[in-house]
Amino acid sequence: MAATAAVELPAPRDKVAARVLRAVAKAPIHLVLVVLGALWIVPTVGLFITSILPASALASKGWWQIFSKPSIATWANYDAMFHNHGLIGALKTTAYIAIGNTLLVVVLGAMAGYAFAWLDFPGRDWLFIGVIGLLVVPLQMALIPMFRLYDSLSLYDTVFGIILFHVAFGLPFAIFLLRNFFIGLPKDILESARIDGASEIVIFVRLILPLGLPAIASLAIFQFLWTWNDLIVALTFGQNTQPITVWIFGQLREFGTSIDVIAPASFISLVVPLAVFFGFQRYFVQGLLAGSVK
Amino acid sequence: MSAGGITAEPPVIAAPPPSGEPGRLSRYVAGAIFLAPALALLAVWMVYPAVYTIIRSFFGQSGYLGHWVAFDNYRHLFTTSTLTTAIKNNAIWVAVVPAFVTAIGLIFAVLTERVRWSVAFKTVVFLPMAISAFATGVTWRIMYQQDPNQGAINALGRSIKGVVSPAGVLPNALPSTPSILSSPNGSLVLKTPLAPGGRALLGLTGIAPDAVPKGGVQAVDPPQKSGDIVGVVWRDFKPGGGKPGVVEKGELGLPGVTVQLRNAAGKTVQSTSTKPNGTFDFAKVPSGSYQAAVGSQTFAKPWGGFSWLGPSLITPALLIAYIWIWAGFAMVVIGAGLAAMPRDVLEAARTDGASEWQVFRRVTVPLLAPVLSVVFITMIINVLKVFDLVIALAPESVQSNANVIALAMWRTAFGGTNDFGTGSAIAVFLFLLVIPVLALNIRRFKRDV
Repeated sequence: MAATAAVELPAPRDKVAARVLRAVAKAPIHLVLVVLGALWIVPTVGLFITSILPASALASKGWWQIFSKPSIATWANYDAMFHNHGLIGALKTTAYIAIGNTLLVVVLGAMAGYAFAWLDFPGRDWLFIGVIGLLVVPLQMALIPMFRLYDSLSLYDTVFGIILFHVAFGLPFAIFLLRNFFIGLPKDILESARIDGASEIVIFVRLILPLGLPAIASLAIFQFLWTWNDLIVALTFGQNTQPITVWIFGQLREFGTSIDVIAPASFISLVVPLAVFFGFQRYFVQGLLAGSVK
Repeated sequence: MSAGGITAEPPVIAAPPPSGEPGRLSRYVAGAIFLAPALALLAVWMVYPAVYTIIRSFFGQSGYLGHWVAFDNYRHLFTTSTLTTAIKNNAIWVAVVPAFVTAIGLIFAVLTERVRWSVAFKTVVFLPMAISAFATGVTWRIMYQQDPNQGAINALGRSIKGVVSPAGVLPNALPSTPSILSSPNGSLVLKTPLAPGGRALLGLTGIAPDAVPKGGVQAVDPPQKSGDIVGVVWRDFKPGGGKPGVVEKGELGLPGVTVQLRNAAGKTVQSTSTKPNGTFDFAKVPSGSYQAAVGSQTFAKPWGGFSWLGPSLITPALLIAYIWIWAGFAMVVIGAGLAAMPRDVLEAARTDGASEWQVFRRVTVPLLAPVLSVVFITMIINVLKVFDLVIALAPESVQSNANVIALAMWRTAFGGTNDFGTGSAIAVFLFLLVIPVLALNIRRFKRDV
């Protein structure tokens, strides 16, 4: 910024010279960033290219052979994927789990967040501290007891059982995030609504939810990605109820020979998160920033 | 960070209800109704199991409770080799990852501030955050394949290594007749002593047709030349076999092979390279007894690649992949902190004549300290809980070597043995490790209120 101010006075030609000079001075930074950017994009590109190569081509050579022989690329692997009932079923299961969990966490989290932010009742702050305490409880603490309990509740190997586990472990963060957002909403709007005689339900639905939309959007995206990408919960509480990660996990044992299945399935599994990420990048980053105080 | 103001936590507490006793009661009821579903779920899915797991960790392997074993399960934790490996590995993770992720995030955040296309760069580095750790594991497993022909990382390693010590032209060649000996240093020596005017036939086999060096043509048995030692290095094989030790039609010369002439003491006195027809010629050799040899560099095997997915390198391989995932997180959080930093302080330092490095070291980093510590602590927790990446990236055969606490817990409880007692103890151990962070969070909340 200071540099721009400094070169304001001289003639235009010097301005150009200064600009060129600055660009040259910055060249190393550009170069370093280009190399680093390449390092970060190459593995994902490699996965994609692997997914469009026939298994026979991959038996002896890596995915970069495509650059010397682009004609070997084929959609056959993907074609096979979309005729694979196991994979289609797994994708559906993943979607059910991710969407069901997201809806439940958002609704229940917003209700609780509202109560913690704007409803006064005895022991409220202590309860909230309890919720914050639950933020760091590793889900490993619940796997064994819930595994047993699910058996007796007939929740084992059901989409609903997997969803409820995710919801419970998503709630502390949801409550924490939304309570902190709601508490920053203008007080007088709420108070005047109350004086006007609006019930808490009406205030919640008509005021809190719309005003809290930015935070709710962040939360929803996070929950969606978290459950879409989950492995451990579904692996523990499902057997035939397999989301995409568990389905691919089942193929990993034969990594070399099943690469024409594993690579395209993995890529399909990350297309949806990537779409969500690109579509809602702003909310994603916001949620991340809020979540990092976790 | 400022956008949306999610983290802003003004010390506002809902005002006490203005007045009116019925209003207060109904508000209590409303509070209960709004909280009930969430609290019920938390009670059943988090509080009850946590208590149960703690109790369960003092009981034996199987059954609803098993029998009382006191601290035996915890003793296993520190005596069973797979579990101690897990703890040791996790210690390495904690020692390496938070520091690297924070440092890389800081560097990226500072660098991207200086270019206009920072959004593109940030997006690329941030992408892995959206992808499941599981898919990342698959992705990196492809990168880490050991054969440099298949794994991109070892391919890169080979091309770097190829500059330093290139592979030989005939890595797999063998002598075609017993008169040629392999010497311990890898070179092939013709047993028969040679005098000036002599001729050396160095037939090799074990060379695939497409492995014949470029330019090889029909081999020629060179005519002897007085004063010189001549010879030929050729692929002593043709379809149908041919006669070993004899240059025949259809057998190709091996060009570019380094041939050495050694004196009686075994010292190399001349060295030359073969022609397209495989022939070579040591000119004007003083009288004496010599041996012809093909230098060991000809047979140097190409680099086989690091065994990233093998037992000894699997943890470094995992750490790299994990840092790759989380660098974007650190970059974005630190970048937000950087953007919120008071510009005038930086400018003041610059006007006072501080160099860019001094500004970075003395102003930027200290001002960012709170953000850096948030990233660091978040990474410690993440790393303690790491599971998906390990189970996806580490082949099953090396999972014991790659073991971490969360994976050990899962394998112990659900990986076949179903030892719920020890599994519970591992879970409690993991919980104890994150408790300091819990205390930190609660303190921060209390301070804010």
